[in-house]
Amino acid sequence: MMTDIAAETADWLARIAGAASSDAVEAIRIEALGKSGAITAKLKTLGKMTSDERKTVGAALNDMRQQVQAALGARKATLEAAALDAKLAAESVDVTLPVADRLPGRIHPISQVMDELAEIFADLGFSVKTGPEIEDDWHNFTALNIPEHHPARAMHDTFYFPAEEAGAAGPDAAAPKLLRTHTSPVQIRTMMNEPPPIRIIAPGRVYRSDSDATHTPMFHQVEGLVIDRDIHMGHLKWTLETFLKAFFEVEDIVLRLRPSYFPFTEPSAEIDVGCALQDGALKIGGSGDDDGRQWLEVLGSGMVNRRVIENCGLDPQEWQGFAFGAGIDRLAMLKYGMTDLRPFFDGDARWLSHYGFSPFAVPTLSGGVGA
Amino acid sequence: MKFTLSWLKDHLDTDATLDEIVLKLTTLGLEVEGVTDPAATLAPFRIAKVLSAAPHPDADRLQILSVDTGTGDPVQVVCGAPNARAGMTGVFAPEGSYVPGTGLTLKPTKIRGVASSGMMLSERELELSDEHDGIIDIAEAADVGTPYAEVAGLDDPVIEVGITPNRQDCLGVHGIARDLAAAGLGTLKTGRVTLVPGAFPCPVEVRIEDMEGVPALHARVVRGVKNGASPAWMQRRLTAVGQKPIDLLVDITNYIMIDRGRPLHVYDLARLDGPLVARKARAGESVTALNDKDYGLDETMTVLADDNGAHDIAGIMGGARTGVSAETTDILIECAYFEPIAIGRTGRKLNLVSDARARFERGVDPAFLQGGMALATRMVMELAGGEASDVVEAGAAPDEMRRITYDPVLCAQLSGVDVPADEQADILARLGFTVEQQSVWTVGVPTWRRDIDGAADLVEEVVRIHGIEHVPSTPLPRQAGVARPTATADQLVERRTRRALAARGLDEAVTWSFIPEADADRFGGGAHRLANPISTDLAVMQPATLPALLMAAKTNLDRGADGTRLFEVARRYLADGEQPTIGIVIAGTVKTADWRDGPARGADVFDAKAEALAALGAAGAPVDKLQIARGAADWYHPGRAGTVKLGPKTLLAEFGELHPRLAGEYGFKDRVAVAELYLDALPRAKTKRARPAFTPPALQAVTRDFAFLIGRDVAAADLIRACRTADKKAITGATLFDRFAGEGVPDGKLSVAVRVTLQPDGKSFTDDEIAALSERIVAAAAKAVGADLRG
Repeated sequence: MMTDIAAETADWLARIAGAASSDAVEAIRIEALGKSGAITAKLKTLGKMTSDERKTVGAALNDMRQQVQAALGARKATLEAAALDAKLAAESVDVTLPVADRLPGRIHPISQVMDELAEIFADLGFSVKTGPEIEDDWHNFTALNIPEHHPARAMHDTFYFPAEEAGAAGPDAAAPKLLRTHTSPVQIRTMMNEPPPIRIIAPGRVYRSDSDATHTPMFHQVEGLVIDRDIHMGHLKWTLETFLKAFFEVEDIVLRLRPSYFPFTEPSAEIDVGCALQDGALKIGGSGDDDGRQWLEVLGSGMVNRRVIENCGLDPQEWQGFAFGAGIDRLAMLKYGMTDLRPFFDGDARWLSHYGFSPFAVPTLSGGVGA
Repeated sequence: MKFTLSWLKDHLDTDATLDEIVLKLTTLGLEVEGVTDPAATLAPFRIAKVLSAAPHPDADRLQILSVDTGTGDPVQVVCGAPNARAGMTGVFAPEGSYVPGTGLTLKPTKIRGVASSGMMLSERELELSDEHDGIIDIAEAADVGTPYAEVAGLDDPVIEVGITPNRQDCLGVHGIARDLAAAGLGTLKTGRVTLVPGAFPCPVEVRIEDMEGVPALHARVVRGVKNGASPAWMQRRLTAVGQKPIDLLVDITNYIMIDRGRPLHVYDLARLDGPLVARKARAGESVTALNDKDYGLDETMTVLADDNGAHDIAGIMGGARTGVSAETTDILIECAYFEPIAIGRTGRKLNLVSDARARFERGVDPAFLQGGMALATRMVMELAGGEASDVVEAGAAPDEMRRITYDPVLCAQLSGVDVPADEQADILARLGFTVEQQSVWTVGVPTWRRDIDGAADLVEEVVRIHGIEHVPSTPLPRQAGVARPTATADQLVERRTRRALAARGLDEAVTWSFIPEADADRFGGGAHRLANPISTDLAVMQPATLPALLMAAKTNLDRGADGTRLFEVARRYLADGEQPTIGIVIAGTVKTADWRDGPARGADVFDAKAEALAALGAAGAPVDKLQIARGAADWYHPGRAGTVKLGPKTLLAEFGELHPRLAGEYGFKDRVAVAELYLDALPRAKTKRARPAFTPPALQAVTRDFAFLIGRDVAAADLIRACRTADKKAITGATLFDRFAGEGVPDGKLSVAVRVTLQPDGKSFTDDEIAALSERIVAAAAKAVGADLRG
């Protein structure tokens, strides 16, 4: 009897090992261990045996059942693993195939620089102001102490509208409207509408009828204005130093003030910054008086002319301050290395792709304003 | 303004080097724009002597010269100049030197078979004059080998300074010297001018009829002069500063203009008929000016006239009729004060630029009429001979000294530089101001400083001369704490929308605000047309942001791009104001052919709609309240465009395909998707920092799909809205996910599939509840758009 069981066990195990599929394994399971399976039937006979017989034969039968059961499980797992391997092998793809992707577009350098300016000056307490581009003569010239026939008007090649478009407020209501030649009218509008103290920058489009390799009839300017008590040229110098350090991300910024003339400021100064020509590109930093360096004019500035303060209805005995202006396009060129101004206004996708900025490169003080 | 170093030193006694002078000029506000040293370009050319001259065997006009150049053996030069002869002294250019007048570098050569090394130069070859009839023939003694520049007095550096419009006084060398002297760079040499007495009464009457335009007019006759070429030193200086030598008498007036900033005029007395009258021009009068152009004048312009009519555009340019010539023997010198505003106005009207106008329109020194006249008289008599009459004077120049009240404390208050009062007074005095020092000062302004009209100007003068480099760097007081937000709501909307569009794959363009008239007309017509556009392409302020973007998009396609997506944040310039607007143009391929997603797809109306809605969302518009309606402005495709509104009146955006006729006119072959967002119309959301309390629902939402038959003209949005609003509480979403026509769908109908999202609240829906909701949805769809549920 015992030798029969051993032989029978070996027989089952051999059959299981030879099963070629999960289905075959299942068929053997039913044949051996199913309700009416051969091993099940044998186990049922145990009840009719004596206790001694049961002890010996029962143990042997249970052992057979366990061996068969384990072999069935193991064979099934092996077969399933092989089947999965085969399925996965069939699923494999060429991962080197290209994926279609739409890349983000680019932010124009002028917008990027305007955001940088807003960020730097926000830290110094300046807010951003805007104003109309179609201006009247009074805000663009007269209020800024540039009366009609003033020779300084010849410095501004102004675009005018026909006289019938006139009709603004102010004493020059009859004068034709014009395209603002600078963003300075925004300082007039701000001083007239808001009580001091004032700290603003005014970026925006400006227009002059000038077109050559380095001038475009439309360009961008940023104007700055501080009106307060006890503000002098020293504050102007510090503010521009601080701005230029932050903007160019260069600690070694050296400014040179040069007396100049703007009708709306007195005293007036042009601001030069030291720089060096390296590999055909200007690198801002150091003193222009040093060997191998030069001075580069970057800003016009001065103390707001008392007449301008008066024109805006403020008392120049009480309020004084400074103003400055710079070309945004030019600041962008100096910082980011564009050599030519004209492509700024072409909408050429190739140029934008090269010189533009990721929409996620938002200038922040903590992250840096140099995208 | 150009001048030479030696000319400056006529006025300034100084030991300063050229570099020191240049640096000081710039720090004084007289920005040096360039320094050229002609000696540098002339360096290779040295004095040489012709030892012998023999005829060329094969050419009648050529000679073979043997030239002593001062180095080594004499060289052989073949020369064609008729004046070349043995014994003469000239200028030699050696082999390897660059001859500016010919643009050639000299190489050893053979001329008609005879070797020639280097050349003897004419003035034209050195770009000194147009003289080319012969080689330079130096009369005075000069050592062979000496640099020619030295012998010819051409070793005089030329300095060019940019003069700001307020500094008329520095449009003369004397004024520049005065500034330098005040700044401690030497002593001003030239002081008061001694007057030249007349030997006889002036035979010409001088009269002012236009007192407004000509407050003062001085004149005198000099008779018996001899005109001709001016002396070499004068010609050299004039040439160096860019004035072409004309003849002695004209050169003298130009010289004094550069020297003193004082324009003068000389008339040929023989060509004047009757008195010299300053008056307004008469209608129809014209003058042929010294530039040989005719200028038609009007009654606002001032002229100088005689009995034969106007002959001189006062203060701007003299006339050909009364000008001097080689035959002139008697002259009338005119020295006048013209009203600056009138000069500027006339100059602009005539579009006539001259050195005299530049000075008169900025305002010459009204106290230097007699001085200017004396300088001119003396120079004429010294160089051209003759005998001067008395000076006749009509009118009076406004030469009274203006006075300004000044508190020296203002200097530190305004500039931050604390200059001691004594030094301030000293600086002002050196610049020609008078200073009366009481508790508050009274400062007299010199007549040549028209620009000084307030105390702040005096601060500028003090700081300029004391040294603007002393301005300190003083921190601007900061507010305590973290920087406050400064951007306005509008600015934030612009920034967010701009970056959202770029993140979606659109490139930000910046284009001209002005466009061609024809383009403006296609987009509603321009309201603002420039009176003086720079070209017809940049003539009208854009009434829409699309034309400029379309041109840029077309250019991108022409350059080979498959597709282009551009946007711009700009303004529309309308009759009632400037409106901030975002323009969007999508042209060409929007989705390229792809192995996974199939063939390429071009832009259409839905690309425009997608970008418009995304941008509005980024701009903070209440996206779920927006209403889309069919139809847009004329420039859109009539059947493939729409509007986005908030409520019945507020138009936030238009989107669609560009009208095919316009697309054709812009050169596009395929559909172009365009949109405009009217940022000014956006409601300003009231931002609430804290949100209403919210807990995500515990129970899962369920969806139910409905297939409807609808009429082809039904707007999908109406059907979706009907489904969405059939039960405001339970239904949280509805969308249309499939639509087809054709087999099994009756003519004129569309089959559409709508998926509705139902959100249970508290407990799951029962089958009965779902059935009831479905019935309401079907009923709402039927009521709103006549939709039939498909069986």
